[in-house]
Amino acid sequence: MAANPHSFRIEPATSWTTLGLRELWHYRELLYFLTWRDIKVRYKQTALGAAWAVIQPLFMMLIFSLSFGKLAKVPSDGLPYPIFTFCALLPWQLFAHALTESSNSLVGNQNLITKVYFPRLVVPISAVLGGLVDFVIAFVILLGMMFYYGIFPGWQILALPAFILFAILTALAVGLWLSALNVQYRDVRYTITFLIQFWLFATPVAYPSSLVPAKWRALYGINPMAGVVEGFRWSLLGTAEFQGGLIWASMAVVLVLLVGGLYYFRRMEQEFADVI
Amino acid sequence: MSNVAIRCGGLSKRYRLGQQERYKTLRDVVSSAVSRPFKRATSDISQQSIWALEDISFEVNRGEVVGIIGRNGAGKSTILKVLSRITKPTRGRAHINGRIGSLLEVGTGFHPELTGRENIYLNGAILGMRKAEIARKFDEIVAFAEVEKFVDTPVKRYSSGMYVRLAFAVAAHMETEILLVDEVLAVGDVQFQKKCLGKIGSVARNGITVLFVSHSMAAVQSLCSKGMLIDGGKLMVAGECREVIEAYVNHVAVQEFSDTTDLRVHPGRTKDAEPVFSQLRIMNGDKEPTPTLFAGEDLILEFDLNPRRAITNPTLGIGVDNATGLRVFSVITYYSDFEWTKLDRPVVVRCTIPQVKLLPGRYQLSISVGNVYNQHVDAIYNAASFSIEPSDYFGTGRLPTPDLGVVLADSKWECVTETESELRQESQVVG
Repeated sequence: MAANPHSFRIEPATSWTTLGLRELWHYRELLYFLTWRDIKVRYKQTALGAAWAVIQPLFMMLIFSLSFGKLAKVPSDGLPYPIFTFCALLPWQLFAHALTESSNSLVGNQNLITKVYFPRLVVPISAVLGGLVDFVIAFVILLGMMFYYGIFPGWQILALPAFILFAILTALAVGLWLSALNVQYRDVRYTITFLIQFWLFATPVAYPSSLVPAKWRALYGINPMAGVVEGFRWSLLGTAEFQGGLIWASMAVVLVLLVGGLYYFRRMEQEFADVI
Repeated sequence: MSNVAIRCGGLSKRYRLGQQERYKTLRDVVSSAVSRPFKRATSDISQQSIWALEDISFEVNRGEVVGIIGRNGAGKSTILKVLSRITKPTRGRAHINGRIGSLLEVGTGFHPELTGRENIYLNGAILGMRKAEIARKFDEIVAFAEVEKFVDTPVKRYSSGMYVRLAFAVAAHMETEILLVDEVLAVGDVQFQKKCLGKIGSVARNGITVLFVSHSMAAVQSLCSKGMLIDGGKLMVAGECREVIEAYVNHVAVQEFSDTTDLRVHPGRTKDAEPVFSQLRIMNGDKEPTPTLFAGEDLILEFDLNPRRAITNPTLGIGVDNATGLRVFSVITYYSDFEWTKLDRPVVVRCTIPQVKLLPGRYQLSISVGNVYNQHVDAIYNAASFSIEPSDYFGTGRLPTPDLGVVLADSKWECVTETESELRQESQVVG
């Protein structure tokens, strides 16, 4: 007779593991429920509720438009500065939120980790996905602004989902490393705020990457968010040219970070319940 | 298909001391690397560690209900954590043959802001249930938890009883082939505990394999067919439930309370007392020294008395208090026919209390000796303790539970209304 499909073995921790993606798929409903919980709970007992999803990027757009656009006269690839920066702030907010949430996700769910078994990858992934609702809300504002400025995207908009996925994977790639490290070293929590501020200025949100000399631009792509942001501008606002070298470099970096992060996470997760 | 549901071979789990309590900060690592740069290699070896489990091997067959008993910190919960894949064993392996569900805590993942309905789905998903499965059992869960009216209220507004009921109800409706249950029944009111035990019992009758950790011998005895005794991370005894409970009572519980108590120096002695008691021995009806008796058994207390000066018309009293501090009864020589005129040399006095009708639980003994005019010479509060374990006192196979009251009472029941046949006979006689 066939073996019971639910049978499994328990063995001591090993240094090399599989990614366990099949099991992750099996637990996709848990992923859905945890994401749903985060979204549902986020704006409970807040007076402004989901308006927060819009307030933050709008205010950052205002500040950037005043300080960089008006005062410092930063170029904006020929676009109106407010929409130039807002279009970049959307993926940036998605990324920053996803990174913060996923890095703290394991520690925040320690009661689950010490009491129930499930593939631990569900936790940071659901934290990353939780930011998508805010993104969608803010995206509606962007569409309104594009209409106001009379900017209509071309066929390039078809590539937008790929860049949204790209932003999510970037956050997940970094979040996997940081969440697993955070279980061992709580210093990570304090590093994240600092890291995100630093990263914002290293990313062409308030300025165009065309300020970077062309020969260095692919190197600039080592910051994957540079690729994400330029990809967004290209597909939505139709900026002159596709920053090919930069975007391909970013994708390569994310791929390496992501695969490495997955393996690192899977290896560390064997001790999570003991260390957390 | 093999008939074995769980097979473990040499399972061992080592924790580094303090690993569970404290997390490292980067600064600790850096500062220890700076202050002791050359000690790194040795510190890992010398680092204190404990074996929470050592070389545990056992097999559980399909459909068996196994109780795991042992003292606090014996490793019972660690076994469940390893078997439910929350933590990895340090050595050894196990094979789980079937869909497993574990209930190590009631209400894991419940979110106070979400409603009862939302939490049922969330908690179900956390426990590994399918959305369709939860939807199918939703009404049953709500009915079991008795929260029909509050399904759409956030659980933060629930009473603690409702919260626990709902949480248990979700877990109790998992469709599993193997169920691991930790001491989750310690929560909730007595009524609900019974309902939960009943649910676990019916689960077991459906041929599901259950591993059940509990402190309650009564629960283990009524639910389980097999038992395992864990002590110090080792599997001490495995076998028939009754044997394992006996082993627990005789070997493990004994280490907690002692059958012999040295009374020469005792923290419970009153201030102005003059030591007379020097030793107390607790024995069961068979005169075997033990601090653990079965309900309804004889209790024998033996005192070594060593007076410094003579006491005329001595009287000795023993008070028995239950775990809530209630004085359940006292026995005093004054009220007995024991003739005692003088206590002026070392003697041994024995008191036999036949058929102690106490409910299962822990009891404290307070003792005093003085003269008949109620002047204490020596008195010791909580001098020693003993425990009463459930037994088939009523001879019906139904064990007394602590919620029955304070003492066990015998009773005789009959129906005083005449039966139909008697009525018919009477009418015939009249007719």
